[in-house]
Amino acid sequence: MSKSIVQKFGGIYAFLICALTLSPVWALASEAGASAPVPVDSDMAWWMWPLILLVVTFVMGIVAVLGGVGGGVLYVPIISGFFPFHLDFVRGTGLLVALSGALAAGPGLLKMNMASLRLAIPVALIASTMAIVGAMVGLALPTNIVQTLLGATILGIVVIMFTAKKSEYPEVKEADTLSSALRITGIYHEASSGQDINWKVHRTPLGLATFIIIGFMAGMFGLGAGWANVPVLNLMMGAPLKISVATSKFLLSITDTSAAWIYMNKGCVIPMMVIPSLIGIMLGSFVGVRILKVAKPTFIRWMVITILAFAGIKALTKGLGIDLF
Amino acid sequence: MTEHQISAQATDEQLLYANILGKGMLVGLVLLFITFALYVFGIMPAVIPLTEISGLWNQPVHEYLEAINHNYLHWDKLPTGWSWVKLIGKGDFLNFIPVAILSGVTILCYLAIVPGLFKRGDKAYAIMALAEVFILSLAASGLLAVGH
Repeated sequence: MSKSIVQKFGGIYAFLICALTLSPVWALASEAGASAPVPVDSDMAWWMWPLILLVVTFVMGIVAVLGGVGGGVLYVPIISGFFPFHLDFVRGTGLLVALSGALAAGPGLLKMNMASLRLAIPVALIASTMAIVGAMVGLALPTNIVQTLLGATILGIVVIMFTAKKSEYPEVKEADTLSSALRITGIYHEASSGQDINWKVHRTPLGLATFIIIGFMAGMFGLGAGWANVPVLNLMMGAPLKISVATSKFLLSITDTSAAWIYMNKGCVIPMMVIPSLIGIMLGSFVGVRILKVAKPTFIRWMVITILAFAGIKALTKGLGIDLF
Repeated sequence: MTEHQISAQATDEQLLYANILGKGMLVGLVLLFITFALYVFGIMPAVIPLTEISGLWNQPVHEYLEAINHNYLHWDKLPTGWSWVKLIGKGDFLNFIPVAILSGVTILCYLAIVPGLFKRGDKAYAIMALAEVFILSLAASGLLAVGH
């Protein structure tokens, strides 16, 4: 591995590894603190929470589209931090939120040949297998540990969003042996320039190995994984940005499916949470796409980073049993 | 055009996958709205009364399952895995059908593209697709139940 690669991806790896191995934090964490739910107001009518959830996820859907992030990455830290729902149900619902978004977008992206099935199949096999392992580990660990790691992960995502660069057409001088053998290559039509863009990938073994960690984290936290898929496909493996974004979105329909089954079989699906969340996110996404035409993306991106940082600190302090805010 | 030549058009397998995924998503989504309406408007009775659910969702999943089993189901085992199928006559558990469709359609997509991959001699991808079917089916089976 060359020095430049280490430098380029060192930050991503350091964060992924740290999020998985924060053992001193585990020791300090208090199960009681993290398990303590937001108090339920017994005077509140039963339909108020689904309604509030619908409104909040509607706003979340708008912000997610404008900020260029998936719904799951906003949903899990915010809902687990500020709502009375237990993290087990929030993660199960978060996966279904991310899954439904991927299912809605997937068919169109595949038909337009923006999402590549040839690129997705080997990646999905690794990521979905590890998402199952992540979901099983996440459900077996005490809540405070998962909440603490979730907070660390969200703060890591903030760092990635803050620092990661994107490359429209990464330079891939030569496809590696594995991607050549698997014929992971393609052509897509770039509408803005009217050109057909030939693309191929490199560093495939390294990229596939990274999806071991990404899949694990997606399953463990119910976050979806677009925040990690895109940098790896684009910067590490050299797929064009549009192919990376589209394939990442489609990938979630496979990765999140495997983990969603584990949560569903475990009983972590409460329809009164899931359906208002899905409806809210979907309606918000429709509105968000329309607002996108007039919104200022830089401002929105900063807003998303700030919201995520706030939610990450909340998740971290909740996991550690610190009542910060 | 050779067998493996690439073009700007999606391959037959990719289009087949997209079509099944699109139809499955649509069916799941429509059913999601219908079953939720039947549940939330009280048209179908629920296992957990609507007024009680907000007192349960703040507990860990194991405590939640124990509570609903103790208070409403009185089964020998907790309602995990595919046991919800026995309860689809109830509004809340009826909603698991569209969720299962949305979660299961990917398995159908993979199964559908396998014959085409074998036919074109694309054995590596056919085997990977079958492996994915196995992995997702294993996850869906409920055999991997764990918990705290």
